[in-house]
Amino acid sequence: MILFDLSSHSGTEATRLRWKTWICVVVVVFSNAFGDFFMKRGLPESARLVTPLDYIAMLFQPWVALGVGLLILWQLSRMALLSWADLSYVLPVTSVGYVVVALIGKVLLSEAITPRRWAGIVLIMAGVALVSIGSPSTVDADRAVGK
Amino acid sequence: MKWLLVALMVGATTAGEVLQAAGMRRHGEIRDFRPGALGRAVAMLARNRFVIGSGVCMAISFFAFMKLLSVTELSFAVPVSAVSYVMETVLAKYVLKERVSRRRWAGALLVVGGVLLVST
Repeated sequence: MILFDLSSHSGTEATRLRWKTWICVVVVVFSNAFGDFFMKRGLPESARLVTPLDYIAMLFQPWVALGVGLLILWQLSRMALLSWADLSYVLPVTSVGYVVVALIGKVLLSEAITPRRWAGIVLIMAGVALVSIGSPSTVDADRAVGK
Repeated sequence: MKWLLVALMVGATTAGEVLQAAGMRRHGEIRDFRPGALGRAVAMLARNRFVIGSGVCMAISFFAFMKLLSVTELSFAVPVSAVSYVMETVLAKYVLKERVSRRRWAGALLVVGGVLLVST
């Protein structure tokens, strides 16, 4: 039970952690969604990925390079988030990214969002809302694996 | 070939993300976001064995995903990767010792259902 109170022993500490968590989640979600978007934009349909060299050569195409840059930002911001938030919190909450990807498709590529996809978006948002009510952290850093 | 790539991708993603979470927990909360302090944190993390291991796993997962995209549709590759969600939540409880409440489980399952609907 003590574990639950880690961030709530003072109101300002809990508020600080919540704000920090949300800002970081926004960076994680958007860098991931736009990183994937530019990767897909940059990869030619006919790409032949056979030798390791093919993969490396692909990384130097301009849109792919921008995508890779954003995906590096995604990994770094995700690591920062995981330095204080639980994996079982980060996973569902950052899945808002799937919703952002669907909306990017609608706005930038004018892809239709079918009723089935809307239903999926609603389920994801419900899951995110459910998880984000709770505290982001239930583990004391001093008791983490490997300490 | 297809299912071999799926197994490789899901296994590597799961291992990579759990190792990443373990490594970052070990490092402790990042509080200082000024460029110098972030640079020092990155330098420290580059020597963190958990983080190095996660980097290797994520690279395997990334290239397996790219290869998978070249043999299947995106509408197969993305939903199938949601399997790692469930595996990671289980490992978060038993390996990372997180308190996965019923609410978190319910949220994770809703998200998996949603991902399946959105991406197929």
